[in-house]
Amino acid sequence: MPSDTDFLLAIEDLTVSFDGFKAVDSLNLYIDKGELRVIIGPNGAGKTTVLDLISGKTKATEGSIRYNNIELTGLREHQIVRKGIGRKFQTPSIYEKLTVFENLEISYPYGRSVFASLGFRRKKEFVERITAVAEEIFLTDLLDLPAELLSHGQKQWLEIGMLLVQDPDLIMLDEPVAGMTAKERDATAKLLRKIASERSIIIIEHDMDFVAKIADQVTVLHLGKILKEGTMDEVRNDATVQDVYLGH
Amino acid sequence: MSLISKYTESGLTKLLYDRFFKNKEGVITFFILAALLLIVLPLFLGTFRLNLVGKYLCYAYVAIGLVMCWGHAGILSLGQGMFFGLGGYCMAMFLKLEASDPESTAIQSTPGIPDFMDWNQVTALPWFWEPFKSLPFTIALIFILPALMAYLMSVFYFKGRVTGVVFAILTQSMVACLWYFIVGNQGYFGGINGITDLKTLLGWDIREESSQVLLYFVSTVTLLICILVSRYVLATRLGRVLVAQRDKETRVRFSGYDITSFKVFIFCLSAVISAIGGAMFTLQVGFMSPNLVGIVPSIDMVIFTAVGGRESLLGAVYGALMVNAAKTAFSEAYPTLWMFLYGGAFIGIVLFLPKGLSGIYQDHIRKWFIKESAETTETLTKEDSSDAK
Repeated sequence: MPSDTDFLLAIEDLTVSFDGFKAVDSLNLYIDKGELRVIIGPNGAGKTTVLDLISGKTKATEGSIRYNNIELTGLREHQIVRKGIGRKFQTPSIYEKLTVFENLEISYPYGRSVFASLGFRRKKEFVERITAVAEEIFLTDLLDLPAELLSHGQKQWLEIGMLLVQDPDLIMLDEPVAGMTAKERDATAKLLRKIASERSIIIIEHDMDFVAKIADQVTVLHLGKILKEGTMDEVRNDATVQDVYLGH
Repeated sequence: MSLISKYTESGLTKLLYDRFFKNKEGVITFFILAALLLIVLPLFLGTFRLNLVGKYLCYAYVAIGLVMCWGHAGILSLGQGMFFGLGGYCMAMFLKLEASDPESTAIQSTPGIPDFMDWNQVTALPWFWEPFKSLPFTIALIFILPALMAYLMSVFYFKGRVTGVVFAILTQSMVACLWYFIVGNQGYFGGINGITDLKTLLGWDIREESSQVLLYFVSTVTLLICILVSRYVLATRLGRVLVAQRDKETRVRFSGYDITSFKVFIFCLSAVISAIGGAMFTLQVGFMSPNLVGIVPSIDMVIFTAVGGRESLLGAVYGALMVNAAKTAFSEAYPTLWMFLYGGAFIGIVLFLPKGLSGIYQDHIRKWFIKESAETTETLTKEDSSDAK
């Protein structure tokens, strides 16, 4: 049994193998409270798998994931979410047939059982919170629009907004600026910095300029292992990192 | 501030109005259907035809159940006939016991039990027939049995994340099991002949013309109530979660929901509504047989729903009415060809109207009614696309 730590998230000796192929190989990763960590690495390095493991989508073969010193391995997805971990997927994952407001509302952390949701009423404080988040993600004017009509970048924001409504302590984002225009990227960078002042964030990203803009600490993954950890400058100037990832 | 009050749900009357009707359109469409079923049809149809419509409307119960679990929650069930049959058999067993009093069954070797039991050398009423001596118990069982059955069937499958085609096939095999069970237990459930010769409900003759008309109204009003209940459920947060999980199941799990219980709930609710339809069917038609609840009728029920439009509760009712009316009309006019016409009509609908009849309404007719809201959506979309550029 691993000992208690001060970290928000402590991943130790985490391994997952798919038919003998180790997608994540004895990984150790610690995330502080209030930290914004970016994970980079070439395709197939195991970045998304790490998020899958933390959020319970994939079951770990070995090792432990402790969040506020609670063991997460073995819990089901919705239980992990209720502990305070939110996750955004690589492709915008929103409910196309529902409106922007309804999308945000579903994420509201109240009335999540069958009978509570039957009796759920939109109280004033719920609506206030949802409209406040809509403001932050620049979608106030589009609340009644079916989400399928949003542009790609707006869908990304909406999914970030859904996480904010959920009010988790740890947010995990898988390529949040993919498919965004330069203007949208800047707005997103600002938004994420603002969010990070109140909670911890793990981001997977390929866009190095964007990473440089937002990251406190960067972790480089390669073949399921950590290649390098440090600030953006340290990572950029590292010879091995340049070799496997940045060089081309 | 206006934004906040717009979305806040306060005041019971407004809340109920929003959930039952949503807007004027919801009120108008609901009352058009109610007027059609309760005023227009009874005025223009004779008792025989009206009774036929009443029979079709029993299938409409199943269709609205399917709209909820298939259309909104994405759970295709090819076994709804099972629940329809449970309701129908519960009612038939009650009526049969009432028709089998010792006096009218005096010629049997064991008087006082249903005739088919006597033919099959059953000499005493089996214990599971006992509750059907009482109408309140029977009515309770019409609700409880299908809910329990649907719960037991679905909870393990949904927990194991069995979905889509696999679940559809499982429901189909369950309905086949029920068919064999009834046919195989001739002495207890009447076998392939079903439970026939039903006469009275608490002494009231259900075969007379006046009772047929009254039963039509009772069944229709109950159907309208079921529609309102379904509308209410779909308008709650639960309804939105169901649509959300239909489109993006993983996302809903990662918003902290335990999807299994939501799916089980809606499956049970649709089972109960189907069972009410089954009970109404027995009352109006006067018998229940396994061939009304087997695999083929179960698939027919999905067809009614698809024709009506699987996301529309009212569409499902029109679908059940029209398909059954067409079936009757075809089979009366072309007794040898009607199966082909029926099949052809279904293929046509699938090819040209994927959203069913309600698709015609939504894409063409609705525009005339609700000009404003269509325009706002359009302008918003335009702004949106110019932003993206």
